[in-house]
This record gives sequence, structure tokens and C-alpha cells, in this order.
Amino acid sequence: MGLLSHPITLVADWLRNLFLGWGLSQGLTTVLLYLIAAIVVASLANAWVIFLIWFERKIVGRMQDRIGPNRVGPYGLLQPFADLIKIITKEIIFPDKADKPLYVIAPLLMDAAIVAIWAVIPLVPMVGMDFNVAALYTIAVGAFATLGIILAGWSSNNKFALVSAFRTVAQMISYEVPTVLALLVPVLLAGTMSLQGIVEAQHVWYIVLAPLAFVIYFIASVAEVGRTPFDLLEAESEIVAGFHIEYSGMLFATFYVGDFLHAFTIGMLGAVLFLGGWRGPGAEAYPLLGLIYLWIKAFVVYFIGVWVRGTLPRLRIDQMMNFCWKFLTPLALILLVEAAVVDRLLLGFTPWGRGLVHLAINVFIGALVIAYARAYDNRRKRERPLAAKPGQYPVAHPPQPAAAEAQSD
Amino acid sequence: MTAMQIIFLITAVVTLFAAFRTVTTPNLIHAALWLILALAGVAVFYALLNANFFAVIQVVVYIGAIAILMVFAIMLTRREMRDRGKQTSGRWWWAAILGAVFFAGVTWMIEAVALPSQPTAAVPASSIADLGKALVNPNGYVIPFEVASVLLLAALIGAVFVAWTRHNS
Amino acid sequence: MIPLNWYLIVAAALFSIGLYGVLSRKNAVAILMGVELMLNAVNINLLTFWRYRAPTTTAGMAFSVIVFAVAAAEVSVGLALFIAVYRRFKTIVTDEIDLMKW
Repeated sequence: MGLLSHPITLVADWLRNLFLGWGLSQGLTTVLLYLIAAIVVASLANAWVIFLIWFERKIVGRMQDRIGPNRVGPYGLLQPFADLIKIITKEIIFPDKADKPLYVIAPLLMDAAIVAIWAVIPLVPMVGMDFNVAALYTIAVGAFATLGIILAGWSSNNKFALVSAFRTVAQMISYEVPTVLALLVPVLLAGTMSLQGIVEAQHVWYIVLAPLAFVIYFIASVAEVGRTPFDLLEAESEIVAGFHIEYSGMLFATFYVGDFLHAFTIGMLGAVLFLGGWRGPGAEAYPLLGLIYLWIKAFVVYFIGVWVRGTLPRLRIDQMMNFCWKFLTPLALILLVEAAVVDRLLLGFTPWGRGLVHLAINVFIGALVIAYARAYDNRRKRERPLAAKPGQYPVAHPPQPAAAEAQSD
Repeated sequence: MTAMQIIFLITAVVTLFAAFRTVTTPNLIHAALWLILALAGVAVFYALLNANFFAVIQVVVYIGAIAILMVFAIMLTRREMRDRGKQTSGRWWWAAILGAVFFAGVTWMIEAVALPSQPTAAVPASSIADLGKALVNPNGYVIPFEVASVLLLAALIGAVFVAWTRHNS
Repeated sequence: MIPLNWYLIVAAALFSIGLYGVLSRKNAVAILMGVELMLNAVNINLLTFWRYRAPTTTAGMAFSVIVFAVAAAEVSVGLALFIAVYRRFKTIVTDEIDLMKW
């Protein structure tokens, strides 16, 4: 029981003895310990966002050929703190005829839902709630984040916010389907829904066994967070800022924090489900190493998300819906069946043998899917060279030269 | 009065109050949100019954899908966003009397029967795995399970068909 | 431990409230909400009896899984119907859909 091998258990035992020494009952002590753990995890998760904001602004800035934040502190590292001070001192404005209680609850609900996912993430071996339906739980609490956005859109009493709420419902309910189906693949391979159990079952990382499921999970999760290329719910050029158009001050900051935290949490879940979680050399002997491994893996997935954000343009709403229902969902169903059937046939294989067979089949399916997508794209291009007939979609017509000159004068 | 009983009573009060507001509030969006609170309370009951799986399913299915779709449907089926006027039909007191009589009758029946206050056994650790196996076991519940899945498929197709906009050129 | 009849009484109350909602509301979506409350009350009863009387078997759980599926199907078809009705009548207040009434 050294400080290095079991730091968290050590602290928990010390606290437990402290509370028991104060004469508190056993039950109350347990409740207090849970409460402290919850507060610590939630605060650290939210505080971590301070770094994420700096990182993302810097990376996206570089991708857009800018320097990014560079004024406050070395490399602009203190920029988020400056923003924080600014945003705390700002007034919280309530729009006329807003539904006040809902208007305040909405951002809190969204942030709380995302923090709630952290309750079941196995940060290190033996720490984190070992909940036997944890994989499903992560989806369930995600529903509250959706609800927060809908409430914000509705309670603001603003038409753009309301349009955003509509888009949110359409997008999030749709993309929940491929997310759940892709999530079921690692659950099936591990034979358990407990996230701790899934990590322990990954002698070979599931990204080897189910690379396509990982890709689907990642894409659908990005859509659920509502980041570019799926940021239709806050598309600035169409609906100004979407659901948080009326928000200011700390209420807006809560949305902002929730958004970044959600993106990182998705990376965290991806790392737990597909990249082996805390697994790595020496992680079982020194759990803190496991935390570092998990953090690195989560960061890699998060970075890919930022990368995608900095690279791809926004999808049109019909493209987004078609992509979900006609592409991701059928593919996820095929993968689920593949994982179930092939895994049953490979019952006696060694972990690596099993992994390689799965990988080969996944590569085969992936090649078929890409070939099909190419053929589909070519057919579309032949049929509709300009992609849209006049009047079918709103197409921005460039201004006439004469009009443009008149405007510039 | 154990801790569990206190949690139960708090949950019961919150759930029933939320359910009451669901059926009485004139603002339909608020009604849907109270409904979500009531459904969350029911999820807590499931957790208290050691049915964690059902608690999570309750949140996924009812709150994540059904309640949010209801909010969506409420927003879609109106010309203006605020509700005006009465939302209850003229003879609402008949409904109230019927509900009260029903509740009184059922409560009287429950009190008339001697019911156990302790479960007969603990929930086995493998209960979810057992449920999964029973649902696909020919000697178990495979036929209800398949019928339910056909029902869901029929509902899916039916919903798409009913809500389809036919573009007449 | 919580006595069995507490659950039953809460479920009965929930069912009665749902019943009141179904009978008294005018808006079709609100009626559907009442139906949801009633279904939930039924499900509480199913799982309570499973927990207290036969926790080692799966019958109660299987039954409530079916109830979940039925609830989901019912809501999807119901809401689709309401939207179709709204397109035609521009209202889903049940009093005003009186084409068959003289």
C-alpha cells in the first residue's frame, strides 16, 4: 500500500478513518466520501477545460494560418484566465418574456449531464464507479445534454434559438442511433457493459478488432457534440449563434465549458472503449501511470476532433441526415452483426488471432463501403452535374457586377 | 425509518408532484418538462428496486427519446409558441372524481391484502445476463420478444408512412 | 427495507394522475403524456412484484421490457398521427377535430 501504487485508495482510507474518528456513522462516512469524490472529479473536469480552450484556439489558429492567443502569458497560456475574468464580470441578460427558470436551468443541465459521464469512466484500475450498465449510462446522461440545448432554445424566446433547438432534436436523436450501435460492438466483444470490464477485456485494443466501429463512434459523437462539420445547431451564417444567442456572462460560459468538456469526454470514452483505457506498460503496478496513458489516448482522439473541426466545412442539413440514416446506421448494423457472428466462430482463438481475423474482415467491409460510396458519388455527379437544380436548395447567387459596383460605391 | 425509506419518500413526493403538474399545467412545454421529471423519478424507483438496467433504459427510452419527441411534437403542432386559454375539457371534474375513486379503490385493495415487506431473495448478480438469455430462449420469451420487435418495425414504418408529406406536382 | 405496498400505492397514485390527464386534457399530445404516466405506473408494479416475489426468475423483467417496447411504438405512431392530423386540421385540440360530429 504505497503512495505510488494506490494513491487514491490511500487518501480514501485516510479520509474514512478521519471521519470515523470524528464519530460519524459508517453510512454517513460513505456518503461523504462519495460526495467528496464527485466534487473533486467534477471540479477537475471543469477546470481542465481552461487548458482545452487554450489548446483548441491555438491549434485551430495554426490550422487557419494564424498564431492564435499570444498576448497574455507565455504562448498565450493565461488567455483563458483573462477571458474568465471578463466573462464573470459580465452581466447576465434575461431576454424579454424569457422563461426564466428554464433559461437558467438549461446551461446547468447541459454541463451537469456531461460531468455525469465522468462518474463511470475508469480513470485508473480500481477507481471509478464500476457500474454494470455503464456503457448504456453514458448514452442516457447524454440525453440530458440534448434536453439542455432544447430548453435553452425554447426559453430564450428567440426565433433563431428555436430553429436551433429544432435542428438539435433532429440531429441528436438521429445520431444517437449509430452511436449506440457502434458502442454495442465493444460491449459485445468484451461481453460486459461495465466500462472497467471493457478495459480489462482489451488484451488487444478494440481499435484493432473494430476499427470501423471506432470511426462510426467518433463521427457520430462529433455530431452529438455539435462541432464542425456538424455544427448546424449553432451555424453562425444561418442562425446567428443558435441556441445560446441570448446568453451572456456565466450562463454562456457554462455552455461554452460544457461544449469543450463534451468534446474531451468523447475522446475519453473513445479511449476507454477502443484504445484500451488505462492499459499500458506498468499500469497495473502503478495506477497513476494508467491515468497518464488514458489522458494521452483521450488527448489523441480529442486532437483528431479539433483537426476535423479545423479542416472540414459545414454539412447541409439534408446531407447530414442522409449520412446518418443511409450510411452510418446501416454500416453500424452490419458491423454489429459481423462482430457477433465472427466472434462466436473464433471462440477458441488467441487474443491476437481473434484480433487479426476481425481486422481483416473490417478492412474488407471498409473497402466495399468505400467502393460503394465512390460509385454512388460518381452516379450523382453524372445525374446532377451542378448538385442542385434551381429552386431545389437555397443557392447563394453571386451579386451581379453592376450591383456589386453600386454597393462598393 | 431507514435511509432507503427516506430516499423513497422524497422521490415519491417529487414524482407525484411532477406528474400532477404534468396533467394540470396550462403550458404544454412545461407539461412535457414536468413529465421528464416524473419519468426521472420513476427511474429512481427502478434503481431502488435493484433494477439498474431498467433505470438506465428508462432514461434512454423515455427521457432521451419519448419525452424529447413530445417536446418536438408540441413545438411542431402549433402556430404560436405560447398556450392561451383553458387546456382542460369542460367536464374535468368527472375525470378528477374517477381518478380519485380509482386511487381510493386500489389503495383499499392493497391495504386489504397482507403484503410482504421484505423481498423473498436477493437479486442474483447475473440477472441481466439471465434476462438476455431468456429473451432469446425458445423455452423462454423468444416469441414475445420477436412480436415486440415486429411491433417496433411496424411502428417505424407506420410512423414514416403517416407523417409522410406527399408532394403533388 | 421499503415495504411492498408503498410502491404499489405510489404506482396507483401515478396511474390515477395519468388517468385524470387522459380524461381531462384537450390537447392530443397532453393526452399521450397521461398515457405515458399510466404505462410507467404499470411498469413500477411489474418490477416491484418481480423484486419482492420472484427476483431469481426473469418473468417480471421480460414483461417490463415488452412494456418499454410497446410504449416506444405507441408514442412514435401517436406523434406521427398528430402531425398528420395537424397538417389537415391545423390543430390537434381534440374538441376542434369534429368532422364526424353533428
